[in-house]
Amino acid sequence: MKILVAVKRVVDHNVRIRVRPDGSGVETNGVRMSMNPFCKHAVEAAVQLAEAGAADEIVIVSIGPKPANDVILTALAMGAHRGILVETDQPLETLVIAKLLAKVVEEEQPDLVLLGKQAVDDDSNHVGQMLAALTALPQATFASEIKLDGHALEVTREVDSGRETIGLPLPAIVTADLRLNTPRNAALPMVMKARSKPLAVRPAAEFGVDLSPRLTVEMVSPPPERAAGVTVNSVAELAAIIATDVNEMEAI
Amino acid sequence: MGVLLLAELDDGALSASTARTVAAAAQLGPVDLLVPGPRAAADQAAAIAGVAKVIHAKEAPLADGLANLLAGLADGYTIIAAAASTTGKDVMPRLAAKLDIQPVTDIVAIEGANRFVRPIYAGNALETVTDPQQTHVLTFRASAFRPAASGNAAPVETLDTDIAAAARFIAAHRTQSDIPDLATAQIVVGGGVSVGSAEGFKLVEALGKTLGAAIGATRAAVDAGYAPNDWQVGQTGKIIAPDLYIAVGISGALQHLAGIQGAKKIIAINTDPEAPLVKIADVALIGDLFEILPQLTAELEKSGVKR
Repeated sequence: MKILVAVKRVVDHNVRIRVRPDGSGVETNGVRMSMNPFCKHAVEAAVQLAEAGAADEIVIVSIGPKPANDVILTALAMGAHRGILVETDQPLETLVIAKLLAKVVEEEQPDLVLLGKQAVDDDSNHVGQMLAALTALPQATFASEIKLDGHALEVTREVDSGRETIGLPLPAIVTADLRLNTPRNAALPMVMKARSKPLAVRPAAEFGVDLSPRLTVEMVSPPPERAAGVTVNSVAELAAIIATDVNEMEAI
Repeated sequence: MGVLLLAELDDGALSASTARTVAAAAQLGPVDLLVPGPRAAADQAAAIAGVAKVIHAKEAPLADGLANLLAGLADGYTIIAAAASTTGKDVMPRLAAKLDIQPVTDIVAIEGANRFVRPIYAGNALETVTDPQQTHVLTFRASAFRPAASGNAAPVETLDTDIAAAARFIAAHRTQSDIPDLATAQIVVGGGVSVGSAEGFKLVEALGKTLGAAIGATRAAVDAGYAPNDWQVGQTGKIIAPDLYIAVGISGALQHLAGIQGAKKIIAINTDPEAPLVKIADVALIGDLFEILPQLTAELEKSGVKR
């Protein structure tokens, strides 16, 4: 089985972001970047399938500027076999990303496409589902468990009411949730080896997809600040405050 | 010209969040509400103010089937919308790509017919976007909108179509509980990893029970096995906006703060006065949760707080 994994380079999720004073966006210059955490879960899932003998090739694809090579290298160091960078300096909307990925899927013909459930920068949670629509493949989003059964998948999904298990024929699209696995940290020899694995860089223009945005971002602003609070000294004081609040609350 | 809105169902019953998404959608036009599930849920949906018509589908298919169903009905609507729930997140981007539309999702404020505000970077920034497309695919964050009133009697029309889908449902593993729904609760008590064990979490649940509150948990508490995954509040869990949020033993990672920014009032109980959550709290009590919680629960019961 051949697995395609899409990974995104984002502002590291431990960085406290700063909104640019002119409202044009979030400051990304000189900020630490890394692989989107959900993409790491997707790569780990692919590598585990390969280690279990279920997959023989893992192809990593990322879309973005030249430095996105770094996150592809990270995935190669985790155990993937080769990488593709669809290079563009333009910020792209999720629909365009999905269209570019659909072209890659068409070329590569993978049996399974793994993605993270969302990127922690735009928080969209779109691309896997859109790719599934564009390739007319079934989807399993927010996966916390993936079982391969011949030429079908059994995926357990994290949903609002708990979990649910669904069945999908392959090829299929699966997006990874947090509890799917614990991504490994690549050992240094693997990091060194990753540099010798094939990595194709291809301009986004080559795919014949209209890259222009549909939406206009008018403004990016910081969230409203909360007023300073008070510290109480006893349980009795706190209980009184809670009791007052609760008694004043209008019932819906 | 109007809105086709997908209703939110929970175990075959109409979810309380549907009244909230109807209120949001009704700001944009007359709402036709699609209810895929039992007839009783469709009849309940017809009572929500702002609903022009209920379209009832007997089946509740998975994402690919639901996207096909919505696409089949999309003609004649300028807006197709849903809640930003796990169902809405699963189906709406698929529908959008099928219709070649860039969706706008997780909307927390409507600023005009095609101008919306949505959070990015775990709620640490808000993005205002204009959507000039002919047709809009939207999802609303239910907790950001007040629920629509009831008392309506919209007509119900039942669809008679077969829905094609490749994915099939195998089993649901639901968390059984009689506590209020986290996403729409007025009061939420949340526990962090400091509660130390599933046993310790019972103290959090006891306080919640006294207040008639929903129970939330941090990612760390869920990962440690103290609480089920559907209690997780945060960027990757549920986003809540209760009138009162009581955070017990929660330091306040960015991921968790993203889920509670809509709370009107935040109370923190923590040993660390420097914890980020204590700093944003309206009221804080510094101390050991294992001492404080039993006392607080007893004190509130004594004072006869009843909901």
